[in-house]
Amino acid sequence: MRVYMKFFSAVYALAVYAFIFLPVAVLVVFSLQSTAFPIPPFTGPSSRWYEAVLNDPRLTSALFNSLAVAIISSLVAVALGFLSAWGFARFTLPGSAVMRGLITLPLTVSYLIIGMGLLVIFNMAGVPKNLLAAGVGHVVINLPLCFAIIYSQMGDHQINIERAARDLGATEAKVLWLVTLPMLWPAIFASLFLSMTFSWDEFVISFLLTRFDTTLPVEIWNLLRSGLNPKTNAVGSLVFAVSVVAAIIFELILLRRRPA
Amino acid sequence: MTEALVEMKNISHNFGRVGVLHDVSLTINPGSYTVLLGPSGSGKTTLLSILGGFLVPRKGSVLIRGQNCTAMAPARRPTATVFQDYALFPHMSVGNNVGFGLRMKGVIKSERNRLAQEALAIVGLSDAFRKKPHQLSGGQRQRVALARALVIKPAVLLLDEPLGALDLKLRRQMQDELKTIQKQVGTAFVHVTHDQEEAMALADHCVVMNQGRIEDEGTPERVYARPATRFTAAFMGESTLIPGDVASVTGNAILINTAFGSFPIIAEAAEGAAVTLAVRPEHMRLIRDSRSVTFGTAQVTAVIFQGSFKRVLAESNSRVGFMFIARIPAEHDVSVGDTVTPCCHIEDLIVLAK
Repeated sequence: MRVYMKFFSAVYALAVYAFIFLPVAVLVVFSLQSTAFPIPPFTGPSSRWYEAVLNDPRLTSALFNSLAVAIISSLVAVALGFLSAWGFARFTLPGSAVMRGLITLPLTVSYLIIGMGLLVIFNMAGVPKNLLAAGVGHVVINLPLCFAIIYSQMGDHQINIERAARDLGATEAKVLWLVTLPMLWPAIFASLFLSMTFSWDEFVISFLLTRFDTTLPVEIWNLLRSGLNPKTNAVGSLVFAVSVVAAIIFELILLRRRPA
Repeated sequence: MTEALVEMKNISHNFGRVGVLHDVSLTINPGSYTVLLGPSGSGKTTLLSILGGFLVPRKGSVLIRGQNCTAMAPARRPTATVFQDYALFPHMSVGNNVGFGLRMKGVIKSERNRLAQEALAIVGLSDAFRKKPHQLSGGQRQRVALARALVIKPAVLLLDEPLGALDLKLRRQMQDELKTIQKQVGTAFVHVTHDQEEAMALADHCVVMNQGRIEDEGTPERVYARPATRFTAAFMGESTLIPGDVASVTGNAILINTAFGSFPIIAEAAEGAAVTLAVRPEHMRLIRDSRSVTFGTAQVTAVIFQGSFKRVLAESNSRVGFMFIARIPAEHDVSVGDTVTPCCHIEDLIVLAK
């Protein structure tokens, strides 16, 4: 009986992981195709389509655009999220509960609605469609997330620690910089990484708010409109690889920390 | 008498509509060890927070070395606080924790490391400089917090229930060390606790607080032996409390009538005033001698052996439900059901006016 249980649980686990990773595996495998169509039989391996991607200036510039938007918008979102969490946790504000609800509300609104809203507002304000507009959009979607993560880690036990710093002569800016920020480092780091990954593969908002220079997901979508092609597989694999590397760095840095 | 180091004058404070301090005045002398003692909600921690600058009182003023500090921020006033939960900076080494206050004052690194090392030596943690707070035990963290506060040479060091989180044995050990360190550095300490044994062990000046007021203050010996109020008597340790009233006043002697007879005592009270006579358990005897005043007879209801002594509870034969509490030598032979004669020397009767 127990042998059967073990067997079935193994099969089930295998099925679950296959369900999650099979599409990615297929994508990666056929990016190594040597012929012109990403369909069986497999004719590779060949790096031909990766070379094509790297020699395509539109794709490579989109890749750098994506990186720049992800890094800058995440830094802004984390900074704003941290400051708002600090404000809510350390000061008595009128209507604090309602305001906290409002600041996390965008988490529940679809990216399409946010993107359209921003598009309408930018149109009215005369802001052109470009990477900056997309970056602002990414701050809008990631700020609530950063706020929620950092706020959840701000406990009352840290109030006394901040107090001790003030008691020892620290100015408010030094309390924030030397005590609060390093104490919340894991939460800040986690929200920064999550924001970067969300921004990295965000499509709808970038699609609506950029025109000529655009981000990688939008460029891939442009590529897909002309039909399936191992080049799309190759660029998709690259996007996936960046995410994997980011996840590994994240785990390594957080796991290296000894428990406090 | 030396000039006062700290003067807190007529402090009143409230949280919302709840008054927590009512017209409290307190003087702290240089080099003294003051203990604020009281149950939770007595306002002792609030008073400490006002002295540390974390709260600005609604009324009253705080003078430190003659300077008005009432509304001065904690960073700028010459106080340092040791928090109950230690509040060490978890991301910094012990050395950097201790050096933090000096760093804020702009002391260069080599100098502040030297001073931090010196402060750690005072608290007996010379080898902990490079460790992180989470690698230390509770007692060690306590010492780091103490070193961190001492290193900036405050005029007054404030300790908010500093031993509350430690187990009993460690707490007693840390008490001895705190007292030694205080005498060594000569800084005035103000220490908040609800443990009267801790207060008696540490204080030069013991301040008993209750419901936002100072009930009694003085040397711990005086506060224990001659408490000013019924609350202080009860809080500083158990005693037998006998209600009575003042029958007559003759010179400096008064005659107090109680259910167990009349007792002439040297004390001050108005004629007709209701008073309480208190007898500490170690003064209550069960066998009379020539100097004793007696309280009728009583039957022993419980004998609790506590090592060096026995705690005896005896119920009065004349007044049902009235309990005498006595602490007698362990070798003394007494058992439940025995009839005894509770008595004490007349000078051990404490008159409590309220």
